[in-house]
Amino acid sequence: MIDRASGLGPDVSPEYRELVERWEAKAERTPPRSGKGSGAIDRTISDVPLKAVYGPDDVAHLDVTRDLGVPGEYPYTRGIHPTMYRSRLWTMRQFAGFGNAKQTNERYHFLLSQGQMGLSVAFDMPTLMGYDSDSPKSLGEVGKCGVAIDSVRDMETLFAGIDLGAITTSMTINGPAAIALAQYVVTAENKGIPRANLGGTLQADILKEYIAQKEWIFPPRPHVRIIVDMMEFCTKQMPKWNTISVSGYHIREAGSTAAQELAFTLADGFAYVEAAVARGMDVDEFAPRLSYFFNSHIDFFEEIAKFRAARRIYARHMREKYHAKDPRSWQLRFHTQTAGCSATAQQPENNIVRVSFEAMAAALGGTQSLHTNSMDEVLALPSEKSVEIALRTQQVLAYETNVTNVVDPLGGAYFVEALTDEMERQVEQYFAQIADFGGMVEAVEAGFPQREIADASYRYQRSIESGERVIVGVNAFERPDETQPGDLLKIGAEIERGQARSVQAVRGNRDTAVVEASLAALKHACAGSDNVMPYLIDCVKAVATEGEIVDAMVSVYGRYTENTQF
Amino acid sequence: MPATNAPARPLRVIVAKAGLDGHDRGAKVIARALRDAGMEVIYTGLFQAPEQIVQTAIQEDADGIGLSILSGAHMTLFPLVVEQLKEQGAEDIVFFGGGTIPADDAAELKRRGVREIFTPGAPLSEIIAFVERECGKRRETVG
Repeated sequence: MIDRASGLGPDVSPEYRELVERWEAKAERTPPRSGKGSGAIDRTISDVPLKAVYGPDDVAHLDVTRDLGVPGEYPYTRGIHPTMYRSRLWTMRQFAGFGNAKQTNERYHFLLSQGQMGLSVAFDMPTLMGYDSDSPKSLGEVGKCGVAIDSVRDMETLFAGIDLGAITTSMTINGPAAIALAQYVVTAENKGIPRANLGGTLQADILKEYIAQKEWIFPPRPHVRIIVDMMEFCTKQMPKWNTISVSGYHIREAGSTAAQELAFTLADGFAYVEAAVARGMDVDEFAPRLSYFFNSHIDFFEEIAKFRAARRIYARHMREKYHAKDPRSWQLRFHTQTAGCSATAQQPENNIVRVSFEAMAAALGGTQSLHTNSMDEVLALPSEKSVEIALRTQQVLAYETNVTNVVDPLGGAYFVEALTDEMERQVEQYFAQIADFGGMVEAVEAGFPQREIADASYRYQRSIESGERVIVGVNAFERPDETQPGDLLKIGAEIERGQARSVQAVRGNRDTAVVEASLAALKHACAGSDNVMPYLIDCVKAVATEGEIVDAMVSVYGRYTENTQF
Repeated sequence: MPATNAPARPLRVIVAKAGLDGHDRGAKVIARALRDAGMEVIYTGLFQAPEQIVQTAIQEDADGIGLSILSGAHMTLFPLVVEQLKEQGAEDIVFFGGGTIPADDAAELKRRGVREIFTPGAPLSEIIAFVERECGKRRETVG
């Protein structure tokens, strides 16, 4: 029997039952919409079934104390802070990086002058894969979808004129994350800022690379070991640094459903928790500085439900399964980025509208920081104008719409609560499947999440192809006379040539014996069980390039190759 | 599929990823869509060098190569594949591609020998029709 005193659904009267029956009869007689997009009215973009209307019966099994609580209290369904945006707005943090360090440094100064509150570094493909700019592997890729950082010299240029003790920096890098952290530490210390004062976040989530983003270097197990080394190092020496940003963003961009994004991301996070505990760390020592990163897609309510469910599932597992005692270890803090995959190349101005809805879902879902995509990112790197519009979108949302003034305003809404609960149910189902593989690392090695995502992505594409789902400007309301804007930001070949010359100059202008010795010591640490972080810092101080450091590590661990499937 | 000039053996297409670009959602969707349309599809996997891609196509006796690039390196990697096709005497293989490629770059790539460039939002049906038509023509002439 449901205890109505604590249940979310109120005890309903016979009169209400009669009303519901009348509605049902009417609804049955009313034919569903036909025509454009009508094939998808009965489910979310993740194929979660939808009813026409939700009521008390849909939430009757929920317990307001157990399942919702209040903001700032376990299980944090309604938010991790008691008063949320009333006390402090989310951090507006636009991800940026292109060309060389000097160009990106200029963009950072622009963004900071326009009211941005933190920095977020986008690295180019060679940097993310551990190749220097003059490597044959880097051909055509230097500075294209992020900034090229070959050595600590580039990192110094990147942050020139920026007080690293006063700002927080997020770095989206995974395979070579430990190297980027070492470069950041050395850059700051060269400016006289101690590492203990540095605040920011490293993405360092390697498991989702195998699942979705595919920017790996070593096989999973040595990679996880390096991540645990970083967690250990930061716990002792960098108390303000968030060690891992466990990321669902790329999983979603690869075509997953909302529930898959949530399930695989949280499972990745728990895998890191388990690895650190296995190393002998206390969960409350490191868990408060784990953070998460989600996508905000276009299905408005599904996303809000996803964010709310994320907090509840995480809190429950961290407390009940991993026995964390510090409430900060139970709190899922997350960054959100609007869905790049929802943007269209057709009528790109429409992306401003999509981003607005997605940003609002993130705010209603209680995000701690937000990146809003620029309208032209589907075509090329964003122009300064479109980056400004994206930032203004957040400012309008935060300062004009008033959605910030009430905490979790959709809490208790029948539909949102039912959907939140459905997300949790689907995620727990995935957890059970992952457990059958023996854990997330094993599931990833077996290609399980990869397969689930590829299936979902194909289903989604088919639903667009059939016209069941409408994408404005793409399969409906097209403008055949449309021409693409001509003023796209492009990175020319001169950037690659300049960056290749610059890394060669760096190599020619340092003490080679010191570099060799630091790399040899690093290899030794990689082969043994010493924490690699101090060795990486020594390599960076000796001005070893990223490619040289990665090559040294690859000589111990090897490079990963994927068992390809489609 | 048109029944009249349908080849005896299904068309065979290589779907490829080159350079350091890990964005493989589009490539996988295209690979499945072509397979579901009755073609034999070989997906190369990630990080292939242009010469590897062309070698694979020759070894597999493929009718077409579809290359996907979303990292911005398209102006380097597409022409390298064209060059390799020439060098290895395989210009009859239908070379097409897709990705986040600005319109003026796409036009330039077509001038330089890429048969077609599909950009975000291109319907699968259009891509399938292109591959069936162009690879079908190749099959008729090469046999």
